[in-house]
This record gives sequence, C-alpha cells and structure tokens, in this order.
Amino acid sequence: MKEFTLLFRFPVNNDPTNMPPEDMKAIAKKWQDWAGGIAAQGRMSGGGLRLAMEGKVLKPGGVITDGPFVEIRECLGSFIVVKADNLDDATTLAHGCPILDQGGSVEIRPIFG
Amino acid sequence: MPHEQLKQLFQLEFAKMVAVISNLFGLQHIELAEDIVSDTFLTAAEDWEKNGIPPNPTAWLYTVAKRKTIHQFRRQKIFDQKVVPFLSSEATNSLGHIDLDFSPKHIRDSQLQMLFAVCTPAIASEAQIGLALRILCGFGIDEIAEAFLSNKETINKRLFRAKEKLRTENIQLGLPPESEISARLDNVLHVIYLLFSEGYYSQTQNRILQKELCWEGMRLGVLLTEYELTNQPKTNALLALMCFHASRFNARQTSEAAVILYEEQDERLWDADLIRKGLQYLALSATGDQLSSYHLEARIASWHCIKEDTPGKWEEILQLYNQLLMVNYSPSVALNRTFALYKANGREQALIELEKLKLEGNYFYKVLRDFLRTLPQR
Repeated sequence: MKEFTLLFRFPVNNDPTNMPPEDMKAIAKKWQDWAGGIAAQGRMSGGGLRLAMEGKVLKPGGVITDGPFVEIRECLGSFIVVKADNLDDATTLAHGCPILDQGGSVEIRPIFG
Repeated sequence: MPHEQLKQLFQLEFAKMVAVISNLFGLQHIELAEDIVSDTFLTAAEDWEKNGIPPNPTAWLYTVAKRKTIHQFRRQKIFDQKVVPFLSSEATNSLGHIDLDFSPKHIRDSQLQMLFAVCTPAIASEAQIGLALRILCGFGIDEIAEAFLSNKETINKRLFRAKEKLRTENIQLGLPPESEISARLDNVLHVIYLLFSEGYYSQTQNRILQKELCWEGMRLGVLLTEYELTNQPKTNALLALMCFHASRFNARQTSEAAVILYEEQDERLWDADLIRKGLQYLALSATGDQLSSYHLEARIASWHCIKEDTPGKWEEILQLYNQLLMVNYSPSVALNRTFALYKANGREQALIELEKLKLEGNYFYKVLRDFLRTLPQR
C-alpha cells in the first residue's frame, strides 16, 4: 500500500473554532467517528495534527504576509496520512469527511515513497 | 504443610532466590542459580518430611541456599576463574567469603533487574514469556508446557535457546540507565500483558493454571510500582486493565460469541475487590502527559464493569476505541469498535462500516455481521 495525504480546508468565513459548544461537540464527534472509521480499516498512517490559526506566507520577491495562506476563501485546517492502493482508493476514504458538511474541501495527494 | 501451600512457597521463593543468586554469579551462570535453588528445595522436601516444617521456612531455605552457593563456589573454582570480575564489593568481604543478601530490598531489586534482563528485545517474545514464567514466576516446565499447549521438549529447547541468547548478547543484570527506562519499560509491560493474556484468553482447560498466570502478571506489575522509576502512569494503567479483566474471570462465558457481543454476564460472579483495586490504579494512572494504549484499554474495561447501559456509556466507549485504533490497530479492536458503533450510532452505520473492514475471513466478523443483520430494523 502507498501513502496519501488528505488535506482539509475550511471556508474562511466559517472558521470551525468560532462555534457554540454543542455544535462543536457534535462536529468533534463526527470527526472522531470518521477518522476512527478509517483507523478501523487499518488505513490510518499518521497525522491528526491540527494547525494553529497564526502563520506567515512568504512569496517571491520577499513579500511576507501575516496569517495562513488563503486562496479562493479557503484555509488549510489540518491533515492526515492514510494508506491506499492508488489515488482513487484514497479518494474513496475521503468520503464522509465532516469538513464537506461545512462547505470545505479535502485535497488528496500521493506521498512520494 | 499441605502440598499445595508447599508448592506455592517454593514457587514464590524460587523466583526470589534465583534473582539474588544470579545477581551474584552473573546472568551467564543462570542455570547454576536454578540448580542451587532446585537442590535447596529437594533438601527441604526431604528434611521437612523427616523433621517437620521449621518455624521459619523461608529463613531455612535462604540459609541452606547460602551454604550450597558457597559450596558451589569452592567446588567448581568458578570464583577465581570467572566470577571474581562480576562480584560486587557488597557480596564479598574477603576473598573466598561470600555473603548472599536476602533482605527484602535486595530481593526486590534483584527481581526488578531480572525482569528487565528477561524482557529483552534480543529474545523472541514467546521465549521471553517462557523465561519469565520459569525464572520470575517459578513455574515448572510441565506447567509452562500446559499453558502453551506444548510439550516439555519444546519448552526446554525454547528456554535453553533463550538463555543462550542472554549469554551471546552479553545481557547483564542491572536496571537500564534512566534515559532508557521508559522505552525499555514498554517492552516489559508488553511481556507482562502477554503473560496475563495467556492466562485470561488461554486455550488450556486448566482453570487453576489460568488464574495463576493472570495472578503472576499482576504480581510483576505490582513489583514495577514498588520502584520509583518504573512506577509510571502506563504501569498503573496496565495494572488497572489487568484488575478489571481479572475481576470478571469467573463470569467469563465459554461461548466465543460472547467475547464480541458482550452477552449478559452474571455480575454476581464479578470480584468487587478487584474492580475497586482497578479503579484505584486507574486513578493513579491519570497523571502526566503520556497516553498509552493501556490507558485507553483500561478505561474501556472499566466501562464494562458497569452493567447498566447509560446513554453516555457506549458513546464514551466508541470514542475510546476510535483513539485506540489510531495508536494500535488490530482486527479484534476494529470489530469491538464496530459493536460500540452499533450501540452508539445505530445498526445501519455499523453494518456499513463493518463491511469496509474487509475481515470476511475472520470468525468474529461473521458473528457480528450475523448479529447485526438479524436485529429488528430501527
């Protein structure tokens, strides 16, 4: 099996960290159940790391801006590494990811091995 | 003294004496330590048959063991040729005079050192358990063979090879340096858990032997808590886990389906004292910032000691399994998680996720699948 990164992006105007507690709890459960489902298949490789909201972006010409990289009003939230046979197989694992309910997206990228 | 008590005394003292004498001779001569101790028991059996049990049997054994050890030194001239380089200064006051220290502290220290020496990654894990049972728990070869559903020759070979490894890898008695203890402790805890599981999930029909194995696992765990550097949260978590399992020992079902479906156990057969102890160890384990798989398993096991199905119970168990799978995947944990998923999230989702597990060849998978399929529709 090969390794793939699943990168989660959430819409900028829908920051998951600004939410009422009960909703937070419900979303947390969705995430844990979804990730647990992947782990139950023996396909989890690593990750589950979350990225803090501060950051910097360096672009050509030495231009530095504050804050995370924002493009098309989406922002990278975190990532996991999974095991799959090929890109289609890895994409199947991404279905049901709670970020999709929030208007976000999952980017699936193979890792050079 | 009835035969059973004598056997227990010998078993307990075997481990202690071999540890102390090995400390003196070095691990290279572990068989010599075993022989001296076995010989001591033989002498004891004969003498006590004739003259009755002495008022302090333990002290009697230690005295005779010391005498035989000195005798061995002189007879084999090992002292001059091989052992002198290994002897610590506490053991000898002058050349030729040996003192075996059977104080409680030295016994405990020697056993701890022996535990780390035996649970060395250099030896195959089956061999580690066999060696632990023989050297640390004083089990006879027959008993070990029965526990593993094997025969004497195989076990003897396995132990022989393990001791050879100790020699060729030049394993020394002595606790690992402080910087390494946490990592080495993982291995020790793993072996202890394997030993305990041999007893708990054992195939052998000998229930007394099963209980003894579980008990020995717990005793070794307690030994670790008596030493500050090994009394870590994960040690207490493992102890909690063993206590919870052991508390339900008498209520275990013979039906394999019960393992995966948590069918009704007769809670009158649960040992309340062990559950209490388990909760104490669980509380002690809730410190520090390291979450081990034992912590998760212990919390799950503690939930199963509560009979009632409260609304939060299976949700909590599901989340614990989710976390456990992230650190430690195994098909059986995946199946157990799916059962918790059914209880927390419902039959439909459980069936969908069950299929994704791709465990069709697994017997328990089929049991769970049939169970979920034949449930009334929600």
